[in-house]
Amino acid sequence: MARFTPHTENDVREMLDAIGVETLDDLFADVDPKFEGELNLPPVLSEYEALREVDARAKENASGLPIFLGAGAYDRITPSAIGAIISRGEFLTSYTPYQPEISQGTLQSIFEFQSIISELTGLEVSNASVYDGANAVAEAALMTARLTKRDPKVAVSKGLNPRYREVIETYLVETVELPYEDGTTDFSNVPDDVSGVFVQSPNFFGIVEDIEAASEAAHGVGALSVAVCDPVSLAILEAPGNLGADVAVGEAQPLGMPLMFGGPYAGYMATHAKFVRQLPGRICGETVDQDGKLAYVLTLRGREQDIRRARANSNICTNQALTALAATVYTALMGPEGLREVAQLSISKAHYLADKLQDAGLKLRYPNAPFLWEFAVEMPDVKRSNEALLESGIVGGLDLGDGAMLAAVTEKRTRDELDAFVEVVRNAG
Amino acid sequence: MLGNLIRDRGREGRRGYTLPKPDTETKDLESILPKKALRREKPKLAEVDEPTVIRHYTNLSRKNQGIDTTFYPLGSCTMKHNPRANETAAAVPGFAGLHPLQPEVQAQGALRIMHELQGFLAEVSGLPAVSLQPLAGAQGELTSILMVKKFFEDSGDDKRTTVLVPSTAHGTNPATASMAGFKSKEIGLDEHGCVDVDELRSMVNETTAALMITNPNTCGVFEHRIPEIAEVLHECGAFLYMDGANMNANMGRFCPGSAGVDIMHFNLHKTFSTPHGGGGPGSGAIAGVERLAPFLPDPAVERDGETYTFVRPEKSIGRVAGFHGNFGQLIRAWNYIRMHGPELRDVTDMAVLNANYVRAKLRGTYRIPYDELCKHEVVVQPPEGMKALDIAKGLIDHGYHPPTIYFPLVVKEAMLIEPTETESKETIDDFIGAMLELAEAKPEDLQEAPTHAPTRRLDETRAARNLKARW
Repeated sequence: MARFTPHTENDVREMLDAIGVETLDDLFADVDPKFEGELNLPPVLSEYEALREVDARAKENASGLPIFLGAGAYDRITPSAIGAIISRGEFLTSYTPYQPEISQGTLQSIFEFQSIISELTGLEVSNASVYDGANAVAEAALMTARLTKRDPKVAVSKGLNPRYREVIETYLVETVELPYEDGTTDFSNVPDDVSGVFVQSPNFFGIVEDIEAASEAAHGVGALSVAVCDPVSLAILEAPGNLGADVAVGEAQPLGMPLMFGGPYAGYMATHAKFVRQLPGRICGETVDQDGKLAYVLTLRGREQDIRRARANSNICTNQALTALAATVYTALMGPEGLREVAQLSISKAHYLADKLQDAGLKLRYPNAPFLWEFAVEMPDVKRSNEALLESGIVGGLDLGDGAMLAAVTEKRTRDELDAFVEVVRNAG
Repeated sequence: MLGNLIRDRGREGRRGYTLPKPDTETKDLESILPKKALRREKPKLAEVDEPTVIRHYTNLSRKNQGIDTTFYPLGSCTMKHNPRANETAAAVPGFAGLHPLQPEVQAQGALRIMHELQGFLAEVSGLPAVSLQPLAGAQGELTSILMVKKFFEDSGDDKRTTVLVPSTAHGTNPATASMAGFKSKEIGLDEHGCVDVDELRSMVNETTAALMITNPNTCGVFEHRIPEIAEVLHECGAFLYMDGANMNANMGRFCPGSAGVDIMHFNLHKTFSTPHGGGGPGSGAIAGVERLAPFLPDPAVERDGETYTFVRPEKSIGRVAGFHGNFGQLIRAWNYIRMHGPELRDVTDMAVLNANYVRAKLRGTYRIPYDELCKHEVVVQPPEGMKALDIAKGLIDHGYHPPTIYFPLVVKEAMLIEPTETESKETIDDFIGAMLELAEAKPEDLQEAPTHAPTRRLDETRAARNLKARW
């Protein structure tokens, strides 16, 4: 009998009798064609044996090293309190709060998440999260088409994370490329038939872009502007909503989620109140119960697939409630000052590294552009540098494939690690 | 009195976490950034200490019910026990600290887990072309239908404009078809609640791209004419897609690939016990026939001798996620499958036994629209004159999470009950007792329920009319 099934043989017998069949096989009399034989899977392991295998696999990874990779996922400090909260069974093992009377914990945590996103982005409404940053970007692209009633076609530049652009295109949205020079996007010539103009800030190369210029350009051609922002950066950078952005989206992973080889993370999406009906996914709103007591509930459900089916504004059903809760707890622990400090520490350390690398004779790809904690640095042989770094116990930056490395520095990196990085790269030539 | 939000519990200047002290010179932001880029007003976030954070969210959790606290027979969602070994597996630092862009050579353990899981899912489904990238079931559907679309584009067939969807389908199916640029057309049911094959024959033509079928369907009934359905579609060059939300009824008993299914998605958070987390994260891996393999999302994991690599399939639809999928859920599912092996069939057997037992015990009091063998779930209707909503709210007062209600849409006052395999006979008997008791209650009394929950019934209209979605 399988591991988490409590029935005794006697229970099974009694239940089969109650149903009025002889054997378990009889319960599958209606199955055609039947699967005969045994599933060809590795033999059963005990918990101990399975976890021993997991440990052995984990040792085949290079882990526990200082990481200089970013490009959409950041090696940030995750406070212990987050794990304590998100592993509580009442959060971990519940589902979408369709029964609000017994789901106020999840619902209020979503309400708080939405509030945090609204505060950071300067936009009135946020949803309960979507799958990840890339999907938030793609959903925003579709949203611009619905709102402008234009064909889905958006203007992007090399400053947009190429993975985000790929997901936009997978979702059958056309992209047109804006010029990208000296580290920032040129928004002066946006085609007049696009539904949206995307601006990522800090952009893929870590550089702060002009969201206001992007928004003006978008509005000049009757399109909407979408700002793609790292939520940590919003502790120090002006809220996109105050710079004319109509939609703000991004990856919430830096808010307390482990790297976990790419997921689960959480995408966030925020917009003006007047656009709320085109926002995909769950939205939690405040209300009262029969006794007049304050409570929370999923609302504006008419947008969603289970109500509207083929005419829903997205097929999204699952959100990322648990990882969004991680972001909510992270932000509560940090507060506005802590979040600012995370940003400031990362910036100080990144600029220290960039200065030292330049002192060592390396050139930044975009020396005159304002960057935060990530930058592209030119190297004669990025692959060799990364190999040398790994030999010294350091995970180097992203090989951009054109003679430059994209290096990210978080508050986790120590001065010793930064100095070691410079030393290895200098010697690697 | 304290307000109830985390922000109401703070004071300006309080902090809940201490960061390492700076060990490099602090860079002046105004020296590196244009002034207009800098934030003028600080965001109004909570300023609280750690003890307050822990207490606030612990108390919030106590206003929630989960599988850990309550029997949770939510139909179509497979709320089975979430083994804690899965959590231990996902928390191993060698995985939790792994950056998704570390070169393959640095992530061989992770790629190996993915490659093995691809193999396990191929075995369970009988479909060899697996992608673990879709981040949720609905995204698995979309990925599959986009692959079908790309297949036709690639073969120069531009007439395929329609996707067929039975009236019992999950709402995600027609929504997915629309998102992929297809028109969805609804197919009716036969007397068993299954796809009406005669109607299907009359609807399938050279404009049909696929049929999206759920098996067992959302009435909990096995689609007993799958091979015939597959044949009708295949004769016309169309694909049979299977929504695998209900795979908990199939493992080791029904192999979709052998029955003519061309592509399907799994919900790892349903069938393979990864936690539902209050609505996510999920994981929606897909499996398809060999001829769809070139269209899989980028990247797939391949094995070359002892080395595992990421490969872009030749005619890939592209990426559907920023990275490689919800890897944390993939380890959990891998761990669950390793702890079951071929005994996954027992999981299915017990799930189906439990659902049929509920059906047998509720018969006579509740109406059972399709009273024949069910699979892992059963749809029932309350006695005449009673509402599913009221029974559901009454169940809350009895200490149960209610079943799914008002779904499937084709059954009036539907209550879709999925006990799962991890509940004991005593728990199920007690639940049945509560259901029978509620059936005897006066409808007007039940309208007051729940009275023992953290809140009474909510004013949902007010929430929508005066939208307040933030502090």
